[in-house]
Parts: sequence; structure tokens; C-alpha cells
Amino acid sequence: MAVPILKQSHYLIASIQSVLSDKDLIDLRDDLAELVGEHRARGVIIDVTALDVLDSFATRTLRAIAYTTKLRGAETVIVGIQPDVALAMVQLGLTLQDVPTALDLEEGLTFLNQRLEGSHAAE
Amino acid sequence: MLPNEAMLAGNEATHVRIQSSADIVAARQEGRALASRAGFSSSNLTVIATAISEIARNIVEYAKEGEVTIMLINDGPRKGVEVIATDRGPGIPDIATVMRDGYSTGRGMGIGLPGARRLMDEFEISSEVGKGTTVRMRKWG
Repeated sequence: MAVPILKQSHYLIASIQSVLSDKDLIDLRDDLAELVGEHRARGVIIDVTALDVLDSFATRTLRAIAYTTKLRGAETVIVGIQPDVALAMVQLGLTLQDVPTALDLEEGLTFLNQRLEGSHAAE
Repeated sequence: MLPNEAMLAGNEATHVRIQSSADIVAARQEGRALASRAGFSSSNLTVIATAISEIARNIVEYAKEGEVTIMLINDGPRKGVEVIATDRGPGIPDIATVMRDGYSTGRGMGIGLPGARRLMDEFEISSEVGKGTTVRMRKWG
């Protein structure tokens, strides 16, 4: 099932609604790489609240999305990793490395707002 | 618990044919549903589903097709779940190497099998080159 992607000011919000197959995740990666340019987005939020498992493939693909959008000029933040999912990821030995995370959509927006303010200040 | 309930619990099993990445999702959902009947905590259900996802993906990646069987087991009053993943793929020449973190010949990160072992309480792998691979793992409630 495709992931709906909403545009809100200069952000894209990908809100994962249900269980995703590997192919859905790859499609999300490819769609976001395109849409960042199409909408001139500065930030991307991926909401994984609905996911009950983040295995090694999903984690690797989320990292790939974050790195791809970064190369296109947009910062990605992953939000909504559930407590049980976080516990299992740590046991499995998975990390998102340097990809930013936030508790939920609201915190993700706050994070991006701060991040982009910072980049304006530096300009 | 009544003796016949214990026997039933021991017999309950589900088989999922693994041929594509969609079947990986099916296997972990079936596994979670079955394990939830053994009274696992929600965090252990997630752990079991994640381990199933890793070993099912190993089948898709290296053997193309195989089967995952999930069954409820008991050892006296102790309840658990056993997961068996079998394939007739190329087999693994050196199991010690694949069980090392970070070793991969595929697209993966090399975290699947050693990661699944960390998630579960018991883990066994047997493989014969040219014949296939079987992973058997258990989690106790």
C-alpha cells in the first residue's frame, strides 16, 4: 500500500498508515526523492507510528531516505517509533545512526522549525 | 491448565510459504497472532515478529523460496513459541561466519541471523551446501 505524502508549508509529511512491504518502503524512498524537488521542500517527516515492526531492512531504508533527501536539500526526521519497536530494534542491534528522531509529529515539526531557523541564522 | 489444553497448545501451528517480500509481512503477522495466544507481553510479541521478519527475509534474499512454520509449544507450565524456517536454497558453507555481526553476501547489513539469535531465547541453525538451510528458534513466555 502506497504511503500518502502531504505537503505542509515547506515540509513533506509521509504518514505510514499500515504495514509496509519492502517494495512499499523502496517506493516511498523514490517518491520522496522526487517530491522534495517538486515541492521545494526543506524538511521531511516520516511518521512510523502505525508500524509494529522495524526490522533491519526497514531501518536501512529509512536511513537511505534520510540520506537521499539530505542530498536533495531537505532534512528528514523519523517520528513515532513505538516503545516495543524501539526495544526490539535495540535488541536486534539496529540504530538509525545520525538520522534525527522525534517522539511524534508535533515534536518532529518543532525539530525541523528549529533546524531550519538555525540554517537561516547561519546564512 | 487442563491436560488437553496443553496438548492443543502444543499442536497449534501455522505455515507460511515464503516467496516474496509480501510473504515476510504475512509470516510476522501470523507469528504475532499465534504468539499472542501464548500470553506473551506486547514487547515480546514485537521481538518475535521482528525475529521472524529477519529469518523470512533471509529466505527471500538467499534461497528465493521456503517456508516458515510457527507453533505454540510448552514445557510443563511454561509456554512458548517455536519458529522454523526452512529452504532448499544454496546452503551456507560456513555457519560461524554468517552468524558474525556485519557479515553479508547479499543486500543486507548482515544483521539478520545474529540479530534473530539475540532476540530469541534459543536458536539453532543447520545447513548443507546445495541442499538448504533450517533455522529453528524459540522464545519462552
